[in-house]
Amino acid sequence: MTTHFLAHDKKDTVGVVVVEDVRPGMELTGWAMDTDETVKLTARDAIPLGHKIALKDIAAGETVLKYGADIGRATQAIAKGGHAHIHNMKTKRW
Amino acid sequence: MARHEFWAYRRENGRVGIRNHVVILPLDDLSNAAAEAVANNIKGTMALPHAYGRLQFGEDLEVFFRTLIGTGSNPNVAACVVIGIEPGWTGRIVDGIAKTGKPVAGFSIERNGDIATIAAASRKAAEYMQWASEKRREACRIEELFVSTKCGESDTTSGLASCPTVGNLIDKLDPAGVTTCFGETSEITGAEDVCASRAATKEAAAKFMKAFGAYQEMINRHKTNDLFESQPTKGNIAGGLTTIEEKAFGNLQKIGKKTKFIDVLTPAEAPAHGPGLYFMDTSSAAAECVTLQAAAGFVVHLFPTGQGNVIGNPVEPVIKLTANPRTARTMSEHIDLDVSGILRREMTLDQAGDRLIDLTMRVCNGRLTAAEVLGHREFVLTRLYPSA
Repeated sequence: MTTHFLAHDKKDTVGVVVVEDVRPGMELTGWAMDTDETVKLTARDAIPLGHKIALKDIAAGETVLKYGADIGRATQAIAKGGHAHIHNMKTKRW
Repeated sequence: MARHEFWAYRRENGRVGIRNHVVILPLDDLSNAAAEAVANNIKGTMALPHAYGRLQFGEDLEVFFRTLIGTGSNPNVAACVVIGIEPGWTGRIVDGIAKTGKPVAGFSIERNGDIATIAAASRKAAEYMQWASEKRREACRIEELFVSTKCGESDTTSGLASCPTVGNLIDKLDPAGVTTCFGETSEITGAEDVCASRAATKEAAAKFMKAFGAYQEMINRHKTNDLFESQPTKGNIAGGLTTIEEKAFGNLQKIGKKTKFIDVLTPAEAPAHGPGLYFMDTSSAAAECVTLQAAAGFVVHLFPTGQGNVIGNPVEPVIKLTANPRTARTMSEHIDLDVSGILRREMTLDQAGDRLIDLTMRVCNGRLTAAEVLGHREFVLTRLYPSA
């Protein structure tokens, strides 16, 4: 069975797509690495290899969590299954 | 494969090297041409041209001398010929390298000209090369090994798998008494508290936060609104990394889950507190960082990459690993170890760490890395501020 995305920590609100061909509407299988659980998610966007997918609905301004840690904030709402990157996220540092 | 010993060259000061280079080291930009001519004359020697060495002062000059002396002193270097424009600073480099006990000689160009300097330096280089060619590897103990790490052109697969593979190796080799080093001060931005919590002592934590704070202060002093396009890099962003914080947490996976760092080194400073993990205050640019680590005496480097940084170093072999399946497929000649199987759940992190240890031991025993066979010898000096 193909693993389409991975998540580092159970608190994470984004995961990482690890295959090259995720398209909108695709049913994805994910691996939660710390708990070793398999999770399901429907992709809303085309998401390239290595790019992030929202694991839940993220509100504008909300802190985005990966590695169980703060990796920046959403600059606009990101729907569950959507592509999270520089168009809707920003650093809090510089 | 045996992990408790490897085959290497024992140097005059007792340290062990995994390569047997004869280096032609220019003091300054003006001496590059003569150094390259000597390396062309005497086959098997290697010139290390660089851009600096004139009108530097203060701490910037100290980093410069530490880097050049440290490079010549690296145990992977059997002998060294130094060429400079004038005898004063040339002699300072020679004297610094001579403390290791290895053969080293200096030549200066003023009052001689390039041609006479090249002739004299070539005769000495030929003598060193023939002498070094008779050196033989001997069995060395694992605790004599010095390993550095830095990642580059990272993407999200670096934080998921290739950096944790290095971390797994460090967690396994630290108890064996190996000396290891990580750096990249600016690329810990966002994860600095987690990094400080990995210090073995309060003093090491405070030293780290001081170095981190000073680097942040420098970045803030010079930054414009394009910083978020440089850090993360365009390549990082193409690979899915969005923010410096995200990059930092991925970067920090290289020190494993439990190993603590015992001290903080200034750029190119040699470790002085015995075996263990050291943090070095470095630039996050790959060639600058590896050049500083090599100058501190580290003999083999582990370099996780996501999008495919092609870096090598002239004296310290760079082993590259990737977990990005596209990079492993499209840039295979640059990749020494493919750990993309972790992402497909075909390989565990523990297995990947074991494979990296086995490969590292093979490289220590003499196997050439991808960067070595492709001729990647990036030697890049760190500048702290402009010349006087």
